[in-house]
Amino acid sequence: MADVEEPEKKRRRVEELPEKMAVDSGCRDTGDWEGRWNHVKKFLERAGPFTHPDFEPSTESLQFLLDTCKVLVIGAGGLGCELLKNLALSGFRQIHVIDMDTIDVSNLNRQFLFRPKDVGRPKADVAAEFVNNRIPGCNVVPHFKKIQDFDESFYRQFHIIVCGLDSIIARRWINGMLMSLLSYEDGVLDPSSIIPLLDGGTEGFKGNARVILPGMTACIDCTLELYPPQINFPMCTIASMPRLPEHCIEYVRILQWPKENPFGEGVVLDGDDPEHIQWVFQKSLERAAEFKITGVTYRLTQGVVKRIIPAVASTNAVIAATCATEVFKIASSAYIPLNNYLVFNDVDGLYTYTFEAERKENCSACSQVPQKLQFSSSAKLQEVLDYLTENASLQMKTPAITATVDGKNKTLYLQTVASIEERTRPNLSRTLKELGLAEGQELAVADVTTPQTVLFKLNFTS
Amino acid sequence: MFRESARALCKRKRKRNEFKSGSVDMASVDKGKATKEQKYDRQLRLWGDHGQDALENAHVCLINASATGTEILKNLVLPGIGAFTIVDENKVRGEDVGNNFFLTKSSIGRNRAQAATELLQELNSDVSGNFVEESPDQLLDNDPDFFHRFSLVIAVHLPESTLLRLAAFVWGAGVPLLVCRTYGLIGYMRLVVKEHTVVESHPDNALEDLRLDHPFPELKKHIQSYDLENMEKRDHSHTPWIIVMAKYLEKWRSEHNKQMPKSYKEKEAFRELIRQGIRKNENGVPEDEENFDEAIKNVNTALNPTKISSGVEELLQDENSKNIKAQTSSFWLLVRALKEFVEKEGQGSLPVRGTIPDMIADSDKFIKLQNVYREKAKEDATAVSNHISALLQSVGRLPESVSEQEIRLFCKSSAFLRVVRCRSLAEEYSTETINKDEISSCMDNPDSEMVLYLMLRAVDKFYQQHGRYPGVYNYQVEEDIGKLKSCVNSFLQENGLAVNVKHDYIHEFCRYGAVEPHPVASFVGGSAAQEAIKIITHQFVPFNNTFIYNAMAQTSATFQL
Repeated sequence: MADVEEPEKKRRRVEELPEKMAVDSGCRDTGDWEGRWNHVKKFLERAGPFTHPDFEPSTESLQFLLDTCKVLVIGAGGLGCELLKNLALSGFRQIHVIDMDTIDVSNLNRQFLFRPKDVGRPKADVAAEFVNNRIPGCNVVPHFKKIQDFDESFYRQFHIIVCGLDSIIARRWINGMLMSLLSYEDGVLDPSSIIPLLDGGTEGFKGNARVILPGMTACIDCTLELYPPQINFPMCTIASMPRLPEHCIEYVRILQWPKENPFGEGVVLDGDDPEHIQWVFQKSLERAAEFKITGVTYRLTQGVVKRIIPAVASTNAVIAATCATEVFKIASSAYIPLNNYLVFNDVDGLYTYTFEAERKENCSACSQVPQKLQFSSSAKLQEVLDYLTENASLQMKTPAITATVDGKNKTLYLQTVASIEERTRPNLSRTLKELGLAEGQELAVADVTTPQTVLFKLNFTS
Repeated sequence: MFRESARALCKRKRKRNEFKSGSVDMASVDKGKATKEQKYDRQLRLWGDHGQDALENAHVCLINASATGTEILKNLVLPGIGAFTIVDENKVRGEDVGNNFFLTKSSIGRNRAQAATELLQELNSDVSGNFVEESPDQLLDNDPDFFHRFSLVIAVHLPESTLLRLAAFVWGAGVPLLVCRTYGLIGYMRLVVKEHTVVESHPDNALEDLRLDHPFPELKKHIQSYDLENMEKRDHSHTPWIIVMAKYLEKWRSEHNKQMPKSYKEKEAFRELIRQGIRKNENGVPEDEENFDEAIKNVNTALNPTKISSGVEELLQDENSKNIKAQTSSFWLLVRALKEFVEKEGQGSLPVRGTIPDMIADSDKFIKLQNVYREKAKEDATAVSNHISALLQSVGRLPESVSEQEIRLFCKSSAFLRVVRCRSLAEEYSTETINKDEISSCMDNPDSEMVLYLMLRAVDKFYQQHGRYPGVYNYQVEEDIGKLKSCVNSFLQENGLAVNVKHDYIHEFCRYGAVEPHPVASFVGGSAAQEAIKIITHQFVPFNNTFIYNAMAQTSATFQL
């Protein structure tokens, strides 16, 4: 099982590394002082009754952590700041961090590597600067980029990847990326191609942390149903039957703003612009007054427009700490890692629950099982599109469907480029037969939720 | 309340850290306020402006700026606690810097309280940071009242004797105490507070207060104003499900000797009754009436009898609500007023909460129904208010001393009131009153987190006997296992605990060498800070009273010891 494979891979990795690592992590003054790593060394240099079966105490393990082990932290926000601190103080020095955002005032109540003077600067840059400054010898390399800006060659260099993301789409993307790095020989998974993925998430006083060993344990897509669906109010409620202050705000955001263009033609509502929010707030009050609804406030308006999720330092600290402990366990083989999902809630006392999330047999991301599509040949392409987005296990966002028809690659529908969307829109109301698709045909579907195209086999039911 | 001697002593030893930048004119004060609202936006949505005010008026004391301590403070400084004071006589050592984000290499040799205060203060200029370069034992010797000024005392890594001394003082003074430690891969917290009341517990899954089993007169009247059978189709499909259910409930009860549907079978039949009410089109096919679907879906929960929970009932009968005195807190005055309301106007029920969930309905019908509940809630709150006024008068206090806002909030939250009472440390540690039952029953599973508690007690015993913790140096590990085992055995014997502590745990605790790995300290830091915020804001419910975190297995447990 995973646990037995782990240390094998670690040993192999340590040997492989001189060839793989082109990075010069060599002769810098690390500024170490006496006793610096006392709190870490006990777990690396002493035998114990609960250690991993293949753990061997060694005075060299610390060097591996300090000089060789490469960890990628995705996100430099609430969880990211905590993760960087925790890893740096556990002996990890070769750390990369990716974050595409800049610092906002509302981050300062928990993202403690940032100060008021940093507002507007890239999170990754400031976070790296702060940690490298505070923790001598630590080498955090920042990337002010999207995760999608990197390809396999980038991700392949890391021993472990930890995520502190605020988006399910992004999680699924990195999940898919690590799946694409897996190599199989004669149908058997090569353990050295596995990069453990640790994922943390928080919301108010709730949080979760999970360990994913791609190809071996449940992945993000295996447990898609665990994520609660986003609340979107029905249009008829918003348009003609508001009852809650939220309905009034959504009315202004979705219907009134595009109609009135209060800040100019084509100027999109920017949730971070106080003037925009003020306008929405005023109009929402008017709408609410019309229907005798109370409760519209500026804070509520901003919350609805930006889909704000409440956040505090404490929950992020707990979840990031859990993840960092697991990173240490995996990197050092000191203990058997969490298997594999922990939930946390401290609304009433403190509650944790640990369980093993199971793999889904036909998971579109991590099972090798070919995905099937079953439709009548007279079904319209729209039905296929709806299935791809609405099916609980797929939950695609803006799938683009292509197929090989008459020997040529044909885009059946793509919505992310306006001109192509317009051109292919008529296909949605055509039947699969009319589009020239055949029984057993392969459809290639691309979507933001995965870096790789997903292949579906088309079966006609009639 | 400041005593002169205490203040004088502290002025001598304590150095105030003046990091706050001044803002003088009103314009910048207003701008400062606006930025605070922006900065704290994400947390204001959790505990509100009044919660934030409580936080900003609090002064917390941390004893020992180890990694666990500074991590706890970090999570209090960031959300804007009013002030903190670190008490720590230790000098910073190399290994302290290694696991502590708020100590640097240049702080080695300096006083740890001072060094940590500087870097914690730097996190948030709204907060006032102070330090005292003394040991808690010295303060307890020379100025025990020192601790009385704090909203909360957080004690990290204190030896047992000092801890018990401190606990006795703050228990007597009514100051809440939170004991925290990180020992190897184990995290530990103990809350010590005599009585902590919570009005706003913010329960996760609260049932609605709809009163369908006993509709109050105004609700009954409102229900009667609907004539489902003769409504226009559009109105029929946009009538709130509460009204729909109430109507069919009337029908059911008239046919079932006034009884509510109770059993599964009855509820099924009731659902079918409602289903039959869905309008049909010309071909006899049921129309799409989402409001009726909602009514059917809600049969399970909306028919629950309106009842006061046992927890709240206990509060109503509590000694504190029976014996009202001039110094009785607002909370117990309100509970007493609530009790009188329940006995009189409430006719056995709490004040109507006044909220209803969103549901498919046209705006007008929904708002009207919502207002029926809101008006009733206001009426009930006024009745409670009258009881409070009379009570206050009876003990010679001004009627304004409990505000209308407080009363309204209390009434709205009356179904979710909570009181947390923790046993004192003295009770936990005394061989006569140690909670043997809890310990023994948990240890039926020898790998229960309880064994980790027993090990912590044992290492404290080891410290008492040997002046150090087990296994700090490699050469000590082997021998200390035997010594620690004796400590375990004598602890169990002294306390009459016939439980088996596996040798593996004794070995593991020697292996730890009393280290404080940062990630575990950070977990405790986050957990403890949130419990501290609960104590300060009186929102959400604190744990009672011992929390153990096992980073090896990533599990945790709460015990009442």
